[in-house]
Amino acid sequence: MAKKSIRVRAKMKGDVVEVKALMTHPMETGMRKDKKTGKKIPAHFINEVVAEHKGNKVIVAHWSAAISKNPYIAFKFTGGAKGDAIMISWKDNKGESASTETKIG
Amino acid sequence: MKRRSFLKGTVASGMLGVAATAGLLTPKMVLAAWPKAAFEAKDLNQGMELIMGSSDTTESNKIKVKAPDIAENGAVVPITISTSLPDVSQMAVFIAKNPVPLCSSYDLGPTTMGFVSCRVKMGKTSDLVAVVKSGGKLYSAKKAVKVTIGGCGG
Repeated sequence: MAKKSIRVRAKMKGDVVEVKALMTHPMETGMRKDKKTGKKIPAHFINEVVAEHKGNKVIVAHWSAAISKNPYIAFKFTGGAKGDAIMISWKDNKGESASTETKIG
Repeated sequence: MKRRSFLKGTVASGMLGVAATAGLLTPKMVLAAWPKAAFEAKDLNQGMELIMGSSDTTESNKIKVKAPDIAENGAVVPITISTSLPDVSQMAVFIAKNPVPLCSSYDLGPTTMGFVSCRVKMGKTSDLVAVVKSGGKLYSAKKAVKVTIGGCGG
């Protein structure tokens, strides 16, 4: 029932692992007003994204609501090989979280 | 009636799933707390001090800030910061004229390259400033991006 909220692609390009991830999240800044009620829509955004490979944190992103809705992130690292698992997880300011694992292709 | 309780049950198990995921994640996710003060600083240099430890940077042509010259939609501006500087431990992106300039910060692992792409919201035409911590020192580069429709929903 739950839509997969993280889509990841990890590919070897020579020695480098290139990772691209797309997450589903409203990334509300807290500054927008609901047009019907006139009240501000509360801030709701991913504030942390972690990518792990073999127990090591490859990247830790600290985000604000200035990251666009349905955020995208791409990064690269060495030391990975085809078939290795990569885990991407996010946590938001309301305490919600999600994570997904993918294999380097 | 039956359908409603079935759906309620599904929602409940969905919530359990999210909670379980959150629970499983908790031990691994015990990282440095989100740097709230840095993400509230209205002054770019203050934000930089809070997130990178200093606002003393040297402009470097070894940092490339790739972003559109004109962003038609300020709500989604694709940017890529890349650098050939060695030993990059942290990178941060600032949008000078946003209400809070600090947009995002990235802590890189030892074998992670100085490269990150993301999409940001820009309220109006502004400089995009990338700051890179290489060998413990700060270097920066910037690019002016024109915004035709602001990205904060205003």
